[in-house]
Amino acid sequence: MATSTPPAPRTAQGPATTPRPAAPRRRRWSAGSVALYTVATLAALIWFVPLLWAFATSVKPEGETTVMPPSWLSANATFEAYALVLGRGDIVRWTMNSLITTVIVTVLTLVICVLAAYGFSRFDFRGRPGLFALVIGGILIPPQTLIVPQFVLMTQLGLVDTYWGVALPQVVAPVFVFILKRFFDAIPRDYEDAARLDGAGPLRVLWSVILPLSRPILTAVGIFTFIGAWNNFLWPFIVVNDPEMMTLPVGLGTAVGQYGIQYAQVMASAVLGAIPLLVVFLLFQRHIVTGVAGAGIKG
Amino acid sequence: MTQNTHAPAPRTAPGPAAAPRGLVDVRRRPSSWTGLWFVLPFLAFYALFLLWPAVVGFGYTFTDRSLAGGDVSFVGLDNWTESLTDSAMYDSLWNTLWFTVLSVPVMVLLALGLALLTDHARRLGWFLRLSFFAPFVLPVTVMTLIWGWMYNPSLGLFNGTLGRFGIEGPEWLFSEDTAMFSVVVATAWWQVGFNYLLYLAAMQSIPKDVYEAAAIDGAGAWQRIGRITLPMLTRTTALIAVLQLIGSLRVFEQIYLMTSGGPNFATRTVIQYIYDSGFVGLRIGLASSMAYVFMVLIIAASIAQFRLFSRKEG
Repeated sequence: MATSTPPAPRTAQGPATTPRPAAPRRRRWSAGSVALYTVATLAALIWFVPLLWAFATSVKPEGETTVMPPSWLSANATFEAYALVLGRGDIVRWTMNSLITTVIVTVLTLVICVLAAYGFSRFDFRGRPGLFALVIGGILIPPQTLIVPQFVLMTQLGLVDTYWGVALPQVVAPVFVFILKRFFDAIPRDYEDAARLDGAGPLRVLWSVILPLSRPILTAVGIFTFIGAWNNFLWPFIVVNDPEMMTLPVGLGTAVGQYGIQYAQVMASAVLGAIPLLVVFLLFQRHIVTGVAGAGIKG
Repeated sequence: MTQNTHAPAPRTAPGPAAAPRGLVDVRRRPSSWTGLWFVLPFLAFYALFLLWPAVVGFGYTFTDRSLAGGDVSFVGLDNWTESLTDSAMYDSLWNTLWFTVLSVPVMVLLALGLALLTDHARRLGWFLRLSFFAPFVLPVTVMTLIWGWMYNPSLGLFNGTLGRFGIEGPEWLFSEDTAMFSVVVATAWWQVGFNYLLYLAAMQSIPKDVYEAAAIDGAGAWQRIGRITLPMLTRTTALIAVLQLIGSLRVFEQIYLMTSGGPNFATRTVIQYIYDSGFVGLRIGLASSMAYVFMVLIIAASIAQFRLFSRKEG
């Protein structure tokens, strides 16, 4: 990291807010910027190695995966491993399970956190400071330490091995209440007065005034809830025993045992497991970047 | 928390929190019941899935309750004494701490370095953000399958490549000496993207005229980084360090999947020990007391960090 080199003055002063390169302008490449761009490209390529290696392994015939020294390209590249993994069907099933539980978590989290943040931000009621302090205090509790009593609770509720059992405990995200409340607090109240004069009730004000103004933060919270729920391992791992009900991360964890030393198949399942969220990331890249900025720095 | 609902404040009373608000707002304040209805759904989930387990779990610590069922009897402080005198508990605490000590500086400095690269190599912005952040969205098992395969001592990419140069590579995840380092490296690759984005956003919000003024005064690029960028990132660095510290202390998943806590328990974290005691050993009471010991430590660390952080701000 200490290897970054002096940039050409012009690039450093380019329009900072637009992530795209500035309009093409003729510029000379100084030795410094050549070095900078070389280092940056190398670092990015190194970062791609694990994913590329997983893909390279996954398209080898099984017999070639264990040949030493390792080679990146196979003359007999094949998608056979993918066909075998997909043919078994469980990875499709796990992906569906992940999708269902993740959608439940994301929708419920957004709804209850938005309502709570709105309530704390715009209304006075007895006990509000105490309740808000209670919510904020919840941020400090590491949910990982509650797995045992949470599991016992799920057993008592009969929710082990169900979608609701996977989803419900993940819905409690006090940190999002905090972030959303701070965002709502910053919205000037004048905007709401016009709506109120038109006779809009509190829900109407939330829906047609607050929410449209909060789209960036809602997108960010939504995306991070989605990523977090999709990738959650510990809780689904504990509350699900039935292979049919496993989420993708949990199911893939059993893949090594299932496929044994079939490395092409193990890597094919890893690549397949990586694809859904990589697609989400590519689609929402800009929202994710601004979301981190908004939630982390200003929020 | 429901006892608060019985005594709603009169509609017009502008409670203490409302003092600085505008006149219009005070006049049109909705009844105090309304706000409670909005926070109620969250509070219900919060109470059922977080507070209730926390309270019940505390109760378990005084019993010999087993996950296999059977009679439950009161055992006093036995579980607490056992977890506080168990050397394996201290070993797992140490492993967790060691992972934290190793990972926090790496995750902060690496994120800073990659963000500085991206901030200066503007023309590669999209490509760099893609490659440095993409691993963050991978499920933990995808990451551990790939890195486990690369770390494979006899067939993996690393030792295979070292072998080309006649070097015999280490055992990586299979040696007590290298297992934790290997996990930290894989974790850095996987998770650094979040801190990296935080840094990048902070860098891009530094006003450009500051740099322009420095450039006019003849400051070189390195000087601008040292005199402007880094000082203006102090707050961000503190924030990232706090978040990373708390995150690192909670480590479990990737280590469990890569090493199962081995070799010889050299990488078993506290969370895994809690899991082992509760779900493998079936001793709910003991696992709960361990969880409480650990929870208290994490909360103490978090509060201390936030104190430190807010003092820096003030």
